Amino acid sequence: MKPSRFEYFSPATATEALEILANYQGAARLLAGGQSLVPLLNFRVIAPAALIDLSRCAGLDEIRRDGNALVLGAMVRQSAAETSEIVRTCCPLITATMPFLGPSTVRNRGTIGGSLAHADRVAELPAVAVALGAKLIAQGPNGRREIAADDFFVGDLTTALTADEMLREVRFPVSSEGERFAFVEATNRHHDLALVGVALKLVLNAGHCEHVAIVVVGIGPKPTRLPAAERCLVGNRLDAAAARKAAALSIEGTEFESEPHMPASYRRHVLPTLVERALLEAVSRGQESQR
Amino acid sequence: MSSQRHQIEVTVNGKKLRRHVEPRLLLCDFLRYELRLTGTHVGCAHGVCGACTVSINGGTARSCLTFAVQVDGAAIETVESLAARGPLSVIQQAFYEHHALQCGFCTPGFLMSTRELLARHPDPSEQTIRMALRGHICRCTGYVNIVRAVRAAACKLKEEGTGRDR
Repeated sequence: MKPSRFEYFSPATATEALEILANYQGAARLLAGGQSLVPLLNFRVIAPAALIDLSRCAGLDEIRRDGNALVLGAMVRQSAAETSEIVRTCCPLITATMPFLGPSTVRNRGTIGGSLAHADRVAELPAVAVALGAKLIAQGPNGRREIAADDFFVGDLTTALTADEMLREVRFPVSSEGERFAFVEATNRHHDLALVGVALKLVLNAGHCEHVAIVVVGIGPKPTRLPAAERCLVGNRLDAAAARKAAALSIEGTEFESEPHMPASYRRHVLPTLVERALLEAVSRGQESQR
Repeated sequence: MSSQRHQIEVTVNGKKLRRHVEPRLLLCDFLRYELRLTGTHVGCAHGVCGACTVSINGGTARSCLTFAVQVDGAAIETVESLAARGPLSVIQQAFYEHHALQCGFCTPGFLMSTRELLARHPDPSEQTIRMALRGHICRCTGYVNIVRAVRAAACKLKEEGTGRDR
């Protein structure tokens, strides 16, 4: 229940952090808020030779608007994102999802980049990044590159980041007029770890669905979109009947896994319920997302 | 294999301290074993139970998920800051009066989160209280009396006009 020994570094810049990371050749880990990493250390599931604390790296905790993008630095604390007016105005789905990430004690320390780069299979933020079509900016020894959220999440605890790269910042498209959103999830206890969660973004034009992204966590090793359900919504009027139809299609083509505390039949039952709930909530929430 | 010790300077309950710590020393163990502040309890040591909650630079945090070396330069407050050898604080008194504890193991964490809650929401609803305290596990009370105590503390603080516990 106590971590193995490790060396500790607290670099002042991301460049310096990457140099240390390279020197350790895969034996070092980057430390963000520590809310997922430190339990793994305490249990000795992982025993890295070094931890590189990113909390003192200049510029990683910025929240800013850059043209049509909301930019969140990797070290922005979740509680800071939650209370930020810029975030609320540009991407209300992020603000609405934050309370689901954990109790405030965790969100005070937990970071945006940490949650995304850790890529837990039931984490909420990866689903939001995929639903919003975010771009994740990686920084490595050869500079920066942009990775679409769709490509960033590879599997449970696995991302497209290479061993010598770090997540630098995330760029979310600023929400447009007519955009609607919702985040809903099923948990054992209220706001506990998600069993199944749905992040939804859609664009409505005169009651018709122009674009929709339905992204699910808890049914696979990474955030999963629901193409069949999405296809049946696009171009059509979005009313209660359409939501029900899309919900029914949400389980099409999906393999559900059984776990000791949750049989596949439960996931298959709860997913359509959540999809329908998300669609109806997004439509009724309407005005909130319009600036 | 040994790892280098780091010098840290922290302000704990208003007192500035300088210590040398091994990187793997968790903040909770630093407080308990180095500073003998044993009010911070370690329940699960992996961020589930909330018993070890302290305040770092004014925001609650789980001291079992933070290394002492990370808080260099920070201001830490522990449950001992609520009633340093004095009478109980308003929140503590409310917990006492409303029987919001039995064994008391989880109480330090509840007190720290309650203080943060009431600083942000001086008049919280039951729903708000339960949401704010959901990161804490109590195996004795069933939470009902804890919620009552928090409500009572909120009323008392409002009466006193300070709105904030120590």
